[in-house]
Amino acid sequence: MKKVADKIKETAGSVRTKIQQKKKPTLLFPLRSLSNVKYRPAVGFLELKGSKKTRTLTVATVKTFAQTLRMMSQAKTLVEDDEIMTKREAYYVSKNWDDARFDEQPESDTVIDDIEAMFEVNREQLGFIPEEKGGEVAGKLIVIDRDPNTGKKLEIDCTKFGSGAYSIPISVEHLKFETNAKFILAIETAGMFQRLVKHGYWRQANCILVSMGGVPTRACRRFIRRLADELKLPVYAFVDCDPYGMFNIYRTLKVGSGNAAHINRYFCAPNAKFLGVTPQDIVDYKLPTHPLKNVDIKRATDALKNDPFVQHFKPWQDAINQLLEMKVRAEQQAFAVHDLNYVISHYLPEKLASPKKFLP
Amino acid sequence: MGKASRKRAKSKTEIAGKAVKNTPRGSKQAKSKKTKKAAGKAARKAAERHIKKAAKKSAKKSLRLYKETKPKAKKAIKELIEEAPEQEHRGLTAEDMALQQRDISVAEFFIKNRHLLGFDNPRKALLTTIKEGVDNALDACEEGGILPEVSVVIAPGKEENRFVVTIEDNGPGILKDQIPKIFAKLLYGSKFHRLKMSRGQQGIGISAAGMYGQLTTGKPIAITSKTSPNKPAHHYKLEIDAKRNEPRVIADEVVEWNAERGTKVEIELEAKYQKGRQSVEAYLEQTAIANPHVSLYFATPEGEKKVYKRASSQMPVQTREIKPHPYGVELGALIKMLHDTKARTLQSFLHSDFSRVSMRVAKAICEKARVSERSRPSRIARQEADNLHKAINQTKIMSPPTDCLSPIGDEEILAGLKKQIKADFYTAVTRAPSVYRGNPFQIEAALAYGGSIPADGLAQMLRYANRVPLLYQQAACAVTRSVLATSWRNYALQQSAGALPAGPLVILVHMASVWVPFTSESKEAIAHYPEIIKEIKLALQECGRKLALFIRRRRKTAESEKKKAFIQKYIPHIAIALREMLGLSDHQEKVVVRQLTDVLERSHS
Repeated sequence: MKKVADKIKETAGSVRTKIQQKKKPTLLFPLRSLSNVKYRPAVGFLELKGSKKTRTLTVATVKTFAQTLRMMSQAKTLVEDDEIMTKREAYYVSKNWDDARFDEQPESDTVIDDIEAMFEVNREQLGFIPEEKGGEVAGKLIVIDRDPNTGKKLEIDCTKFGSGAYSIPISVEHLKFETNAKFILAIETAGMFQRLVKHGYWRQANCILVSMGGVPTRACRRFIRRLADELKLPVYAFVDCDPYGMFNIYRTLKVGSGNAAHINRYFCAPNAKFLGVTPQDIVDYKLPTHPLKNVDIKRATDALKNDPFVQHFKPWQDAINQLLEMKVRAEQQAFAVHDLNYVISHYLPEKLASPKKFLP
Repeated sequence: MGKASRKRAKSKTEIAGKAVKNTPRGSKQAKSKKTKKAAGKAARKAAERHIKKAAKKSAKKSLRLYKETKPKAKKAIKELIEEAPEQEHRGLTAEDMALQQRDISVAEFFIKNRHLLGFDNPRKALLTTIKEGVDNALDACEEGGILPEVSVVIAPGKEENRFVVTIEDNGPGILKDQIPKIFAKLLYGSKFHRLKMSRGQQGIGISAAGMYGQLTTGKPIAITSKTSPNKPAHHYKLEIDAKRNEPRVIADEVVEWNAERGTKVEIELEAKYQKGRQSVEAYLEQTAIANPHVSLYFATPEGEKKVYKRASSQMPVQTREIKPHPYGVELGALIKMLHDTKARTLQSFLHSDFSRVSMRVAKAICEKARVSERSRPSRIARQEADNLHKAINQTKIMSPPTDCLSPIGDEEILAGLKKQIKADFYTAVTRAPSVYRGNPFQIEAALAYGGSIPADGLAQMLRYANRVPLLYQQAACAVTRSVLATSWRNYALQQSAGALPAGPLVILVHMASVWVPFTSESKEAIAHYPEIIKEIKLALQECGRKLALFIRRRRKTAESEKKKAFIQKYIPHIAIALREMLGLSDHQEKVVVRQLTDVLERSHS
């Protein structure tokens, strides 16, 4: 942690030196977009290509420049004092900065993301934590945490939440795990998760169930990653059969995002596989469908054109093309058409019988 | 009066008699003799009845009677048509129509068409009355070489919606004998037959105002005039005889008047007093802008008193009267001039009755037209006149002289604008004289920008013709066309397609000419001559360029001010952040602020 503080100090020093030389100071940020990432199969995640944007101090940028420096100073204090601050709190703290204060939270969030990218750390390492919840876990897993007040070791058995579930904390770095499960099943919707929990599917399949609730948060991704790495468990994703489920949810889980490419190495699960629902499943299981919306078609064609991950995997290109041809999408809850528990009795067991057929 | 109407009654009898005589002959031509005969009988009877009646009445009443009989005669004719519904031929014969055909007096015509003179509604009538009075007063003062002092008083009349308008000037006054004709005869005046720049042109205005007053209130127009401090003042009360377009004197007396010389006109009329864009007040204010040598006093019916002070004691240069330029003359006018001239040969006629035609040029025209230069002008036939007209336009003739024009002058315009409008920037330009249809004219334009001019909304336009503000018919005016056709975006202003430019702007345009081509007799809009529009645009562009310089300079200053403020706002925060991160001392922090301010202020972005 000391290292981050030193990096901040170093950058601040370089700004001051420029000023002393009567030159315009500059800050360097990696460009945060899908165009500046590449997929490296060896490491298994989207990696920055190295394009950087320079923020030079001019009349037009003086406000953001001042805000960035003040936020850097804030981060340094947090790191040195081992304190945390939510992004919302950071926004409120800025209200002390007179003219340099933020008017809306998205402005301060962007500055925090910039700083995070500038030092190539995650914002939690800078002391900034998100408001969002991490996701929920149920099944054959014991999480070893510490009591925040006493520091005493706590063993949390994820089988003992009944109809509820264990909630992934915002920071998961300090957690330790014990399990004898065979795999991790990451589920898109809370509804499907509830069904599997209610019927104790984790017991039947000997697995850990994780509810992502849409695009997995950083904490959720990190949690799954640590489970996968430390327990050597495969990760299977079970999401809707539509471009959003495939590329916003699954792709982010597996290889990370373009926007947060600087931290993808920590925040993705490269060994994740796509269990379903695949376009072929729609055919095989005669699922009821909805027509693809314009936004779906745009997302799919964009993925074909711009997504380095899709471009790397032929099966994914085939899957998208099949979907675009069928012009339909299906939700994971669509199996209810056959029977409410058809997922548990037929679909999941049949799919799990041959994991090799999963999409990469 | 008595004599006149008796005479009219007689002439009426003659017409009716003719109709009686003619009707049967007319019916011979018609297909259905019987019906026509019956119709003729009916018409004869009706006419005879009316003539009998008319003859019985006294001469004084006959005019009123005549008016009554007219609709009766009409009715008779109408019945005539309706009585023969089954007949194929339903129209009137030429003879029947002759019953209706007679002379129209100018005055009668304008009573019916008073909107043509600017008396459409009570509000506009008040403005037009004052406008005509003030225009005449200013013309008179300037021709007499006197710095004008004009007073306009609107007093509420005894009855509702009636006002007494009094316009008084310090001009040279009017000779006693001329007063009745000037104020109570339409189309009488000094300005119509000459080519000279003046406010009035036609000799209709003030008499029409008097006639409108007479028509709406029955009160005569009152004039007091004094030509010299040693002579007595004359006071007249006049009515206009609409039928004959002749003045009728109601009162004629010598009165005491304190003024040294001048003219006072009093008209009582039905009107409406309002403030706003097309009000008397707006007219007087705009007059004051374009006539900085005039001192105006104005009392409203509400008892408010306003003074528009003189801003310059520089009298407008007196203009010369010119002869028409051959390029502007139309064929009909040429034929008339040929008949009226005192010249004995065609060559000398061309030389003496037109401007810029030398003997040599005159000869060239005659040769081109294949007419002998020694032929008598009054003997020129129509075909020859036509050739002559064509030859004129094919011959190169020098442009008309321009000393007949008296522009306001850019300095005087600026003085006038500055007096009435508080702005941040003024500019004015006077173009060189130009010619349309053989008439010399000169365009002046001015702009006032910023200051107390409202910034939201479109620019305000002030249009003038021979120093007279034009308040109505803005859309129909060549000035408006020119302003719209100028692309104000080039001059740092905003302008939507087909609209006036937006912003705190006043646009003034003045056209000075020996003959301003108005679109109607009420003199509200200038006609769209391409030469005029081109000149106005050029003047506006010249002003626009100067305005653009001002606006851009001001914008630049504002931007660098803003930049400075912006820098000063945020630089301290950079210093604070650096102090916190690097553990700087207060002094070091101050150095950072100073150095950084330096760096940024030197930069251009």
